[in-house]
Amino acid sequence: MLILDCPCCGVSGEETEFHAGGEAHLKRFGPGSSDAEFHDYLFTKENPKGVHLERWRHANGCGKWFLAARDTMTLEVYGTYSAQTTEPPQDIKDKISAKRPGWSWREFS
Amino acid sequence: MSTRLAQGGRLLNKGRAMEFTFNGKRLRGFEGDTLASALLANDQMLIGRSFKYHRPRGIVASGGEEPNALVGLGTGNKFEPNQRATTTELFNGLSCTSQNHWPSLEFDIGAVNSKLGRFLPAGFYYKMFIHPRPLWKHVYEPFIRRSAGLGKAPTERDEDRYEHLYAFFDVVVIGGGVAGLQAARSAAEAGAKVLVMEQTAHWGGRAPVDGGTVNGQPVDNFVDETLAALRDMPNVTLRNRMMGAGVYDHGYVLGYERVTDHQPSAPGPRHRLWRIRAGQIITATGAIERPLSFAGNDIPGVMLASAVRDYAVNYGVSAGDRTVVVTNNDDAYLTAITLKKLGLDVPAIIDARSAGGGALADEARGLGIRVETGKGVAKVKGGKRVTGVSLCNQAGEGAEIEEIACDAVAMSGGWSPVVHLWSHCGGKLVWDTAQAHFRPDVDNAPTGAKGEAFVIAAGTANGELSLAGALADGHEAGREAARRLGLKASASDAPKGDSPAEAAIEPVWMMPQGAPIKLRMKSWLDYQNDVKVSDVQLAAREGFESVEHAKRYTTLGMATDQGKLSNINGLAILSDALNQPIPQTGTTTFRPPYTPISLSAIAGEARDELFQPIRRTPIQGWHDDNGAVYEPVGQWRRPYCFTRSGEDNHAAVSREIRQTRARLGLLDASTLGKIIVKGPDAGKFLDMLYTNMMSTLKPGKCRYGLMCNENGFLMDDGVVARIDEDTFLCHTTTGGAESIHGHMEDWLQCEWWDWKVYTANVTEQYAQIAVVGPEARNVLAELTEEDISAETLPFMGWSDITLDGIPARAYRISFSGELSYEIAVAAGHGRALWDRLMEVGAKHDVMPYGTEGLHVMRAEKGFIMIGDETDGTVIPQDLNMQWAISKKKEDYLGKRAQERSHMADPTRWKLVGLETLDGSVLPDGAYATEEGVNENGQRKVQGRVTSTYYSPTLDRGIAMGLLRHGPDRMGEVIDFPKVDGTVVQARVVDPVFYDKDGEKQNV
Repeated sequence: MLILDCPCCGVSGEETEFHAGGEAHLKRFGPGSSDAEFHDYLFTKENPKGVHLERWRHANGCGKWFLAARDTMTLEVYGTYSAQTTEPPQDIKDKISAKRPGWSWREFS
Repeated sequence: MSTRLAQGGRLLNKGRAMEFTFNGKRLRGFEGDTLASALLANDQMLIGRSFKYHRPRGIVASGGEEPNALVGLGTGNKFEPNQRATTTELFNGLSCTSQNHWPSLEFDIGAVNSKLGRFLPAGFYYKMFIHPRPLWKHVYEPFIRRSAGLGKAPTERDEDRYEHLYAFFDVVVIGGGVAGLQAARSAAEAGAKVLVMEQTAHWGGRAPVDGGTVNGQPVDNFVDETLAALRDMPNVTLRNRMMGAGVYDHGYVLGYERVTDHQPSAPGPRHRLWRIRAGQIITATGAIERPLSFAGNDIPGVMLASAVRDYAVNYGVSAGDRTVVVTNNDDAYLTAITLKKLGLDVPAIIDARSAGGGALADEARGLGIRVETGKGVAKVKGGKRVTGVSLCNQAGEGAEIEEIACDAVAMSGGWSPVVHLWSHCGGKLVWDTAQAHFRPDVDNAPTGAKGEAFVIAAGTANGELSLAGALADGHEAGREAARRLGLKASASDAPKGDSPAEAAIEPVWMMPQGAPIKLRMKSWLDYQNDVKVSDVQLAAREGFESVEHAKRYTTLGMATDQGKLSNINGLAILSDALNQPIPQTGTTTFRPPYTPISLSAIAGEARDELFQPIRRTPIQGWHDDNGAVYEPVGQWRRPYCFTRSGEDNHAAVSREIRQTRARLGLLDASTLGKIIVKGPDAGKFLDMLYTNMMSTLKPGKCRYGLMCNENGFLMDDGVVARIDEDTFLCHTTTGGAESIHGHMEDWLQCEWWDWKVYTANVTEQYAQIAVVGPEARNVLAELTEEDISAETLPFMGWSDITLDGIPARAYRISFSGELSYEIAVAAGHGRALWDRLMEVGAKHDVMPYGTEGLHVMRAEKGFIMIGDETDGTVIPQDLNMQWAISKKKEDYLGKRAQERSHMADPTRWKLVGLETLDGSVLPDGAYATEEGVNENGQRKVQGRVTSTYYSPTLDRGIAMGLLRHGPDRMGEVIDFPKVDGTVVQARVVDPVFYDKDGEKQNV
């Protein structure tokens, strides 16, 4: 059972306070997109053994969504950050690079 | 025979005798006994039968690793199956029964399986019992079902109390042996807040039995002294009878405390589940002795050497009068020496090592014990009890040199550290060749939130098998835990342990080394599941090379003991068969709990009224007092109907509907979800959320809307009211309020975060009462002077009014098809308004109705219900609701998905009404069949029933369903087979059964 820090209200809480929401930094494809684009948007999700960027909601707390950079192997949490952003903050990327040199996740590295 | 000795028994209080029964037989033991030691003291070696072959089985071990001695404990509402006799403390009046035999323990018919053993090889389920199918159904399965299964499930409700407890510690030490106690002490000396848990009733582990000295004193003195010191420290919590059940992510530990198992009449919960967060976890969980694989090693009387020693020293019980010791290491010599010193006969120590043992071997010889080196046991003689062993050369093929008469065999194949808790959360292992076991790989510990190691293995559990090594390792583990927590490590010195030096172990995975198949077929690895050396070898030959596959194919390690005795021996045999080193084979995954914990402990207090919080509407008190029959809807309990005396539910529902349609009905609709969506971009936002256009709705008006997810599937529906230019009130389904609010927040926070919209779930702020029926306007008119005429407040409009002084909002919306006002008032006014409406409504024959009346009336009108007509795979187009899908909008959630080829497929099942030819009610969920069968040989289907009711209005069964090309098939008659084999025929009709033009709701 993970412990996560909510970047919105600052609480460090048990996993039962939070609700996992799948992959972070999704780019939405709507009307006008190709079948392949839309299929990938809906169904092709990252499932890495290692660094993962994911969405969480502080469901039994402040109710806010946030993003987490986490290692699915070591369970290390590199950091949590605002959901209102299109890429992970540089300091979190640096932290990941220090632990996992050469890492990449979708277009980020 | 096994018996109680005149001397010994360090854990016993011989001044206090205890009575208990085994299979109805009255027996006696002492306070301090385990059930196993008390049974042995009464010469009850035969305890049960094995799972597959029903072979007689006796006690093998003295702790939680015991695979055989499982009993049904207690009777009635205290009955619990599969309890390990070795971990059950004896109490006065204990009653237990043996398991897995028929008709009796002594004589068992299923034992014939043993003779058929060669027809029941590894993977026999897969191999033999698949074809032909009828044989499987009528012969094999009933046979297997009757012979399979361990204890019987309890039939009565568990009346004991259980609880959960949350706790936080800097350091949690799992295991109260000498290493654990020392680790706790050195961590606590550094100032850490420490919890030590010990699964048994006693502290000190097995070191006091094994002997040696600490700082020149007997081990018992060290244990007492350390315990006293720990008890004096305010930062230390000690808990015995508490097992570390599991280690999970980020320092989460489950502790399973058996509070009153040993004294059932004592107050307090029976079990307590500790949910602990720890900064650092020290696993000082000791080691488990391995059996040796020789033929007949499962015959009652063959035990682990350490267990024989435990019973003698701790409980003053001898396993037999003449005990042969078989070993590949020095430790088992301690057993021979202990027994000899107690005056018991040890005919021989059979040591597989040609070089024999060290100092302990010399001591044994000095006591006059015959020591045979380079020898092994070809087979054990006996049936329900050992009568002798056949001596052979370990290097040979089992030719008998001599038969040695004995009634007990103490075996030792070496020690495996208990690495389970280290491994639960990802700790890696290394193979220690010198000691022939897996031990924790200290460089690959489980890691926490910051990537830091949070588990430290200590003592024997870390591969430190000597007393001195275990103490030093425990001491250092406590210091290391303190350092990792940022504390200054204790400056004390480690206590000095001293015990005889031991000669090296020689791994022996099969005895004798060249055992032929006849012997290997009788050499047990897993006692409980009857897996033998030959089974694992067969699995390897048949290609099950992965240890995880071999486990499942043979069932090795899948019993209630989870392979605590069998796994290492089994994977060594597998490695040998595959001709690869043991580390390459690896272990199966260690999963929590360490030993089984009670389901009741997992449930804790969550039962009956505490199972989950119940949400109550402000009007529920009235329902309670007026015959409400409740049904759960989410966390709410809604009245299904209100029964009167002499009435069943069906009659009550019919009465409620007839009266509502004829005169006036009242529904408590407070549970309906109510979400305020506000802000300059609220309209734009709702246009994305609903399939239809909401931004064009005028203030004062209501509009029904459908909500889909990005996959295009319907997820919710409800009426939206525009309150003012910037504000909307979205009604959701009762069950959907929280999830839809979450859904809105998801899109607002994660996708359209620049949109100026604010949402609030105000479901519980309002009570809502639907006033329904032709008299609805008349009854409201008596409570207000405001104009609520059809002209001022038309259908699908809303207006703020005052009802008898209560500020209210009236929505002209209808889910019944009748003239209807849904009245929302502040929750605190809900009951008062309800009571007034009942009072004033009396002269209009007001009739409160429940959810079933609501459902039937909506079905009569052909209104869909989320969860009935939809199941997560249905799109609005399937329900012919194109009218609710805006053609003007460029985008809404689900729009792109609904353009996908399968969604636009004209053969999708679509909504129709169904009328049975005989007027009966179609079974819920019934399938519409058609000619032919599918690839699985099942009847082809072309649709299914989604809602089906008896309509009191029409006095016949009505239904809705999804049917291929449904709307094009009006008038066609379709077959619906029932589970009883008969078929009901129904005609495809328009789903609107009542008031097709909607005149009644729009007056």
